[in-house]
Amino acid sequence: MLNILNPTDSTSRYTTNIDGGSHWSVLVRRGVNLRLTDLEGGANVGMMFYNPVWLSERYNAPDTLKCQHTFKLTQGNCLYSDMGRIFCSIIEDSFGWHETMCGNAHAQHVSKKWGGRDYQSDRNAWQQNGYDSFLVELAKYGLDRTAMVANVNWFSEVSADDNGNLKLTRQSKAGDAVTLRFEMDTLVVLHTCPHPMNSEATYPKKPIRLEMFKGEPVTEQDECLNHCAENRRGFENNALYLLGA
Amino acid sequence: MIKHSDKKIENAAATATVAAGDYYLAEIKAGQTFRIVDLEGNQAADTLFYCADDPTERYSAMDTIREQGNLYLTAGTVLKTNANNSMLEIVADTCGRHDTVGGACATESNTVRYDLEKRCMHACRDSWMLAIQENEEYGLDKNDIAHNINFFMNVPVTKEGGLTFEDGISAPGKYVELKALVDVIVLISNCPQLNNPCNGYNPTPIEVVVWD
Repeated sequence: MLNILNPTDSTSRYTTNIDGGSHWSVLVRRGVNLRLTDLEGGANVGMMFYNPVWLSERYNAPDTLKCQHTFKLTQGNCLYSDMGRIFCSIIEDSFGWHETMCGNAHAQHVSKKWGGRDYQSDRNAWQQNGYDSFLVELAKYGLDRTAMVANVNWFSEVSADDNGNLKLTRQSKAGDAVTLRFEMDTLVVLHTCPHPMNSEATYPKKPIRLEMFKGEPVTEQDECLNHCAENRRGFENNALYLLGA
Repeated sequence: MIKHSDKKIENAAATATVAAGDYYLAEIKAGQTFRIVDLEGNQAADTLFYCADDPTERYSAMDTIREQGNLYLTAGTVLKTNANNSMLEIVADTCGRHDTVGGACATESNTVRYDLEKRCMHACRDSWMLAIQENEEYGLDKNDIAHNINFFMNVPVTKEGGLTFEDGISAPGKYVELKALVDVIVLISNCPQLNNPCNGYNPTPIEVVVWD
C-alpha cells in the first residue's frame, strides 16, 4: 500500500491483484511504470488509454502499428495517441506478442460460449465481458461507446496466415509480465475479461497482478527511443507537449 | 475474392466524383447499393460509416475483423458496428482485398511517420474534421472520427507479426460495391497523402455511384 503521509516518496510502490472478469481505471502519471503479471497463466488484459486533459485524445492502434511497421506489440514498442504522442513505452516484456486489433467479447459471445452473465446467482464470479466492462469504466469519465477504440489485449497472441485468417495462437504462462513506462499523464481503462477469440471449455477467470512504481528517466540509449526513427520523432512530440511543464 | 457487379451506370440514382483531398458525406438508405471506383488506380478511399438513426453506433474494424476471423475485407464481408450489428455487406469487388488495419493519415501521425516538419500537410483526418464542421446536421464530432476502412489499400500482415504497405492490387477502374443493410451515413476522405509511395506520390480522384 501507499503511505498517505508520504505520497511522493520515490520508493512508493502500489501493488494490487485483480481477479479475472473484472474492470478498473486509474490515472497514471508521467514517469510512473505500470507492470502487469499473469499470475496463473492464460490471462488477458484489455486496455485503453486517454489524455485526461482532452479525453478525445486516445490510444490509436493503427497509428501505433503502422509507424513501427508491426502488427504485434512487444518490448521496444511505444503506444501512440491519435495526436502523434506517446502514452507509454513497453520497456520489458517476457511474452513477446500482444495484440491490438480484435477488440472485446460482447455479452452475446460470452453467453453463447459459457452461459449468461448473472450477478444475482454468481456474485463477483459472474461471467463479465470486455465490452460491457469498458462501457462501465468509460461512463465514469463522461465517455460513451464513441470513445471505445481498438484496445490492446495484453498476453494474447493473435497471428494471421497468408490470407489474413486470424487465430489466437498463444497465451501467456504464469509469471509472464509486461512493463509500461508512461511518457505523459494517462487515464488507463482496463478489464481482465477473456480474449474474444478464447475458446476454452469453461470461462477463463484469470487473475493478474498490477504494480505501479516510479520509473527511470529516458536516456540516450533507451531501447524504445531507438527502436526506429519514428519513435524518436514521437518522443520529440511529447517533448513539445511537455515544454515548460 | 473477385466478384463483378451487373449494375449499370445508366441506372444509377446518383454519381459523384471526389477529387483527391476532398471528402464525401451522404446518407445511404437501407437496400441501396453504393460503389466506390478507383478511377486512376492506387488511390486510398478512407471510409467511415455511421448508423443514420444513431451515429454513436458506427463501423467497427475490431468487430468486423473478429466476427469474420480475417483481417482483409472483400466480397462477402459483412461490416459490423461497435454494437456488433450488421451494417453493410460488400457485394462486389474487383480489387480482391481492402485494408482496415492501417487507419487514416493525420497531420499528427505524419510528423511521426515522415518528418516533424510535415505537420501542416493536408491529411485524411483533416478532411474528416472539415466534413463534420461543415455538416453539423449529422451531429458528428471528433469522438466519432474512428478506425476506418482503407478501400483499395493493401496492408499485408506477415506470419511473424510484421506490417507492410504494398501497392499493386488496385488499378484504374477497379471498384468495390456495398449494400446498406440499415440506413447509413458514409464519410469518405479521398486520401491526399503525398509521402507514401503506395500511390506513386500522386493522389487521384474516385467516383461514387449509388443505386436504389
